[in-house]
This record gives sequence, structure tokens and C-alpha cells, in this order.
Amino acid sequence: MAELNSKIPKGTLSTKWTEYKAHINLVNPSNKRKLEVIVIGTGLAGASAAASLAEMGFKVKNYCYQDSPRRAHSIAAQGGINAAKNYPNDGDSVYRLFYDTIKGGDYRAREANVHRLAEVSNNIIDQCVAQGVPFAREYGGLLDNRSFGGAQVSRTFYARGQTGQQLLLGAYSALSRQIKKGNVHMFTRHELLDIVLVEGRARGIIIRNLITGAIERHAAHAVVLATGGYANVFFLSTNAMGSNITAAWKAYKRGAYFGNPCFTQIHPTCIPVHGDFQSKLTLMSESLRNDGRIWVPKHKDDAEKIRLGKLKPTEISEENRDYYLERRYPAFGNLVPRDVASRAAKERCDAGFGVGETGLAVYLDFSDAINRLGKGVIEARYGNLFQMYEKIVDEDPYKTPMMIYPAAHYTMGGLWVDYELMTSVPGLFAIGEANFSDHGANRLGASALMQGLADGYFVLPYTIQNYLADQFRITKFSTDLPEFIQTEKEARERLERLINVKGTQTVDSFHKRLGHIMWEYVGMARNEQGLKKAIVEIAELRAEFWKDVKITGELNELNPELEKAGRVADFLELGELMARDALHRNESCGGHFREEFQTPEGEALRNDSEYMYAAAWEYTGENAEPKLNKELLNYEFVEVKQRNYK
Amino acid sequence: MNLTLKIWRQKNAASKGKFVTYKVNDISSNSSFLEMMDVLNESLVNKGEDPVAFDHDCREGICGACSMYINGRPHGPDKAVTTCQLHMRKFKDGDTIVIEPWRARPFPVIKDLVVDRSAFDKIIQAGGYVSVNTGGVPDANSIPISKINADLAMDAAACIGCGACVAACKNASAMLFVSAKVSQFALLPQGKIEAASRVQSMVAEMDKLGFGNCTNTGACEAECPKEISISNIARMNREFLSAKVCAPRV
Repeated sequence: MAELNSKIPKGTLSTKWTEYKAHINLVNPSNKRKLEVIVIGTGLAGASAAASLAEMGFKVKNYCYQDSPRRAHSIAAQGGINAAKNYPNDGDSVYRLFYDTIKGGDYRAREANVHRLAEVSNNIIDQCVAQGVPFAREYGGLLDNRSFGGAQVSRTFYARGQTGQQLLLGAYSALSRQIKKGNVHMFTRHELLDIVLVEGRARGIIIRNLITGAIERHAAHAVVLATGGYANVFFLSTNAMGSNITAAWKAYKRGAYFGNPCFTQIHPTCIPVHGDFQSKLTLMSESLRNDGRIWVPKHKDDAEKIRLGKLKPTEISEENRDYYLERRYPAFGNLVPRDVASRAAKERCDAGFGVGETGLAVYLDFSDAINRLGKGVIEARYGNLFQMYEKIVDEDPYKTPMMIYPAAHYTMGGLWVDYELMTSVPGLFAIGEANFSDHGANRLGASALMQGLADGYFVLPYTIQNYLADQFRITKFSTDLPEFIQTEKEARERLERLINVKGTQTVDSFHKRLGHIMWEYVGMARNEQGLKKAIVEIAELRAEFWKDVKITGELNELNPELEKAGRVADFLELGELMARDALHRNESCGGHFREEFQTPEGEALRNDSEYMYAAAWEYTGENAEPKLNKELLNYEFVEVKQRNYK
Repeated sequence: MNLTLKIWRQKNAASKGKFVTYKVNDISSNSSFLEMMDVLNESLVNKGEDPVAFDHDCREGICGACSMYINGRPHGPDKAVTTCQLHMRKFKDGDTIVIEPWRARPFPVIKDLVVDRSAFDKIIQAGGYVSVNTGGVPDANSIPISKINADLAMDAAACIGCGACVAACKNASAMLFVSAKVSQFALLPQGKIEAASRVQSMVAEMDKLGFGNCTNTGACEAECPKEISISNIARMNREFLSAKVCAPRV
């Protein structure tokens, strides 16, 4: 086992990043041209990293499975991006953003990383404005802010309900400029199959051209994974259909540790599930909680009547409504962090107060805000979200409250990385949602965009140099090295094995079954018995998959069924690791809620004396139990407390 | 709902395509159009047939991947939605639905309903950006921007690059797509500096890639899932003209 060295710089919290930058090794401009970097993924993290590295002079190869880099799923982020600008003059600061993020993450993130994130947050806003990102503005021409969960200041910058789209298009435009200049070689419709290690270092990839089915070997001096999260392990999630764990999972199997896989975020405000044919869940931005009030009927018989369609929500009078977040958490009200809001919704629905046909929904009501501000203001703030809701549900949210329910959304866990964002495999980096580093056990709203762009624009471009500084001496890599040939052979054999199973059940049917197991036992609330059951059931399902999956078409053509099968095969392995991680962590923290460990009021009960660490799982071989490594979290600067939003 | 589907099937770019008729039964009116296609594909796989290939990803109307030409209209009969947000309640039980890929020479068919839209990326690469590197930029509030212009820029920037405008246009013109990006930057002080060279480079690239010209039929605006206004085309024409007259060719 390699030493788990997080490489946190010495010194006081606020000077660590400055000191680090002042002393790292740099690469001189003429040598940068000799160095090649592979970046997988073109979301906020990948596109911003690829563009920034190319601007600096490195030769970059960038890959995505979509038909264009602009389609990466960062595009779907709605609400906003946090920064510590303190433009509203409401008491914000770098320290406060850092502190809110640490607290929101339930004290399971690394202090030094989070402080760095808060430090560079302001640079991101400057950068995006310079790129022509049309953020919302006040009449005086200055930037507008709004509030998000887990904060008592307004620090969220936004572009209507399409902030992710606008930030991604900003990064995509910077990337496009570098593609035109020839500094980035862009490969679209390519999906990673494996990572190639030469003498213990990441030196290249095996990748499949999704149009021709050709399997290719590509080499570089370093490999960066910006491949997003794994919420699709739940089948139904807010992720894009193609979002997958494959790249990170191959990295894990090649020796990169997987950090905190059980830390998943269930987002409180999604459109509820409505049928078996459903393919994905749609998020309604957390920004809606600025003006929407969440409630269920106070009386069970009212809830019952609503479920049967005998009563309308607008017919329930004010005193017969239970605004349960405002009741339980008066200080933060509807703006409590996501994990808290999700569990509170589940608690009410489980107790029989849920609404909608299934009883698995709560109301998000804008009538007060419309009365106070007028319909025009609400339309200007959330018009596109209201329209999206109406298209899907066929109800007008200006007239009747929205129905929402929690859904799998984001994964705080991911590849373990050190302060330099390098995994435990030298030369292999992970950025954005693909790594585990900044959000602890729960991510605050509007912080995913912040982290993706922080990593890509302002962190990795520095830290990767420290690794590459002596690499220019290795001028060229041959993709004919035995390591490349062997890894390609293994990747090809795996695909052939899949396609030759020629069983009777479709890929989607397996994915749905896995999703059911994950949602039931490794979802919003977990317990020992359920997790043990999940481990067994997932292993059985995996065995069945490899015996009975049915894939049509050939290897050497555009074959979406084969693509899905490869992804589901990896989810079937990841799911088990998530359950193991959740089982070993005998505490509740953030998004990880173990029913055995809660306060009398039903809040998450951490166990700091035993579990104040990041779990870094090490792959030990097929059918062998993974090994647990621990990175102890040393809170030097923040006093660790029970989270209190009351 | 029980439906008859006539779908364009084409094995690859080189082979000849044809319409194939399928039946799907018991489709929920609450399902999305792509969920209906999932049901069809699941049944095809179960029968051992090749499922219909189509581009899709986010399924919430923002990534711009989905691209079906349904009953003669890009993204189908509903207004201001992408195919993934089109719901089956917009159809009637017993309907026959014709599904084709985008039809435009610059978007060649790859397989079935999947087309190659990399031409759009090439147009952006020709100048759809502000030439700033990471770092060294001024404070975000150092240049105030009128809310009116910021909002207009945002209206234009909402384009998802799906290509419905090209598919809707009898000339296969990409003017709405290109003008949306040109407008976004022309309306912002950050973009103004390169405005003249940008509009000329992007228009030249658009022409080179074989997109047609605009004859003001307005089909693009009518079919755009993000309701991008045709007035952006007017703005682009004005930018283009003033660039030609006032600024040297780049």
C-alpha cells in the first residue's frame, strides 16, 4: 500500500495556497510544447482545464462521449455559482464561504482544499464575465446575487435558470478558441475504456470511437479525469442518460483509491416519479426555495383526500398547512442544506402526509411570493423553470403549488485526490465532480459549478506543473509499448465478452433493477441490515448480468446498447463498493444517513472520535474485498460542532 | 395510447436509408417522446432487432443533443420544447407519427436519426468567443452593463445548438444559430472589441460549410425550442455590414 499523503502545505490556512504556488516547480514555455496532457470530459472542469492548459502552452488532447463538447451535463445546472465577492454587502468573506462549505459538508472535507476553493471563487466570476457570460444584473449595471441553501448571505451569481449552460458555454468558447489554434486536439463521440500505466505512472488511455467502434491507444505525459459523478447508479437520477462512472472506475481498478463512495446527494426539489417507463428525473432548481415555501397538509385525512383527487391544495387553508422546514428549522427555514431538506420531505411522506397520486411528493408553493412581488417578478426569476414544470407535469405552477420529491443528483464521493488533485496513481489527476475532495458528506447548492471551474481554471493548471516539471525529458511515448498493447487487449476482450453473452434480458432492465436496490437500501436512509442485503443482491445481479445480458449489434459500429452495457457493468461493481462504504461508516453525516445513528430529533448523529476521516478504498482484485485506507481529517482552524440550522 | 411509427432507418453514412413502420402499444400519455422511443427500442432488443439510434442525453431540454424531425417539424408539434420535453399527451391514440433525422446537407446522417452536427462547433471555433486567457482579467463589476443589454445577450445566449433552425429552414440556413452567438457578444462590452472580425469569420465559416442563406421565412424562430428571436439575424446583418464597410477584413 502506498502512503496516503494528502500533501497539504504547511502554514496558516489563508496562506497555504499562496505559499504552495510560490514554491512549486514550473515548466518553462519551450518545454511546455513538448508535454502532452489528456483530459477526459468537457464539462465545466474538463473544458476549463483543457482550455487553460492549452493557453499555457501544453499540448492537450480532450475527449467526450457526446457529439459536441458543449453538451456535457454541466450544461443542465440551473441555479447558480457561489463566490465570496460580498457585492451585496451582507457580511460575506472568503472565510465565511469556506466555513459554510465545511459546515455544510458536515465536517468531512479537507480544510485546506475548501479554503483554496473559497479563495479562487472570486477569480471565477471575473473570468466568466470577461468571457462574455451574461450573468443577471441589477438596473445599475452591476451583478445580481441570490441566496442558496446552507448560507445566510446572498453569494450566488446566476444567469436566469441556466447558469450551468452559460458557464459551460463560456468554457466551451475558450476551448473552441484553443481547438482553432491547434493547441487542443478534440475527440468527440469517444468513450474511455481503460487507463494505461507505464512504470506505475498514468501514460495514456484506451478509447473507443463510438461511430466506427474502433479501439484506439492514445499516449500523454499525464491523464486528467473530468468525468463527473455516478448518480446514475440509481438508474433514475437528475444526471444525463450517458453520465457514467467508467473512467473513474477503471482508474480505481488500476490503483487509484476511491474516496467516500457512499456520500451521495439526494436533491430535495425534483419532479416526482410518475411511472415505470420513466427514464430520468428532472431537477427544479434549489433557487426556487428563495421564494417557494414547502409544505404538506397538517392533517392526514386532508393528505389522503388529495391523493385520491378529492381535494385541491389551494383549498387547504393556511392554518391546515404544515410548513415543516420553517417549523423545524426557523433560522434557515426553506433554505436548509439539501440533505436536511430531503430527509425532512421523506420523513413527512413516510408518516403519511405526502401528496400526489403516489403520496411521494410535497408542495413547493409560490402563492405568497406572487402575492408579495407580483407574477411578473416570479416569472423573470424562474420563468424557464416554471415552463419546464408545466411541460412535464401539465399543471400551471403559477396557479397551483408545484409537487416535488427528492432524487439522486450529485455524488460527493469520487476518486481520492491529494492537495494537488492527483490520485494515488502518479500522473493521474481527477477534477470536478469526479474527485472526492471539497464537499465532504454534503455539497451546498451552487458549489458544484464553483468547484468544477476552480479545479479547471485555477487549481489544476498550477498543480499539474509541479508533476510535469521533470517530465519534458521523456520526449515521446510509443503507443506500441507492451503496456498499451496489453491494456487494449483487455479492454477489447471485455467488450467481446459482453457482446457474446447473448442472453435474454436487456441492459436497461438490469440497470433498473440495480437502481431499485440502490434507492431502497443505499439511498436517503440506510441501515446495517439493508446494506448487507444490498451487497448480496448486487453481487447476484452482477453475476446474472454477465450470464444473461442481451446486446444487439456489433462491436465495430455505432452501438448504443453496447455503450450502455459497458457503463452498467461498471455501475454493478460500484454499487457494491458504495454499500460497503455505507456499511462500514457507523455514523450519520451529511448525505449519509444511517437510521441507527440519529439524535432524538431525527438529525444526523456523527461519530467524530471514530469516523473523522475520508475513506479511501483500494482495489485488491476481482472478487476480493477492497482495502480501507484512512485519511484522517485534522481540523486545525475550524471548531467541529454538530450542524445546527435551527 | 397505441401508435404507428414510421421511422427513418439507415445503417450508416454510406448506406441508403428507408422508412420502416413499427407499432407501439400502451404508451402512457404522461411519458415523454423519448421514453416512448425507449419502449420501442426495448421491444426491438427483446426481438433481437437493432434498436433505433438517436442522439439524446440530458433529457431536460438543455444539452441540445436530441434532434428528431417529427411529422414534418423539428422537435415535433409542441411549441418551445426539444424532443426530450415533448410529451405524448400532444398526440392522439391511434396516430401515425413520422420520425426523420435533421435534413440538411451540412448535417450528414451517421445512423438512423443521428446526424453529424460538428459544423456548428467549427463555426464557434471560427470566432464564437472573447479572446481572453485564464487569469489576469479585471474585477467582474469593473464594467457595468445595462440590464437591458445583459438580458438581450442572455436571450441570445440561451441557444442550445440543437440545429432545429437549420432543419426547419428550406435553405438549411444556420443564420439563427450564428446570429445568436454574434448578438450575445455584440451586446456586451467584453465582446465588442472583436465584434467586426468575429462576425466576418463566423459568417465566412458558415458559408464554407455549405449552409444556405436567409430568405426571411421565419421558420427557424417558429421552431426554435428556446424561442431565439429572428431579430438576432437582423442584428448580425447590421454587424456584418458595418464590419465590411468600417473595419478592415481580417
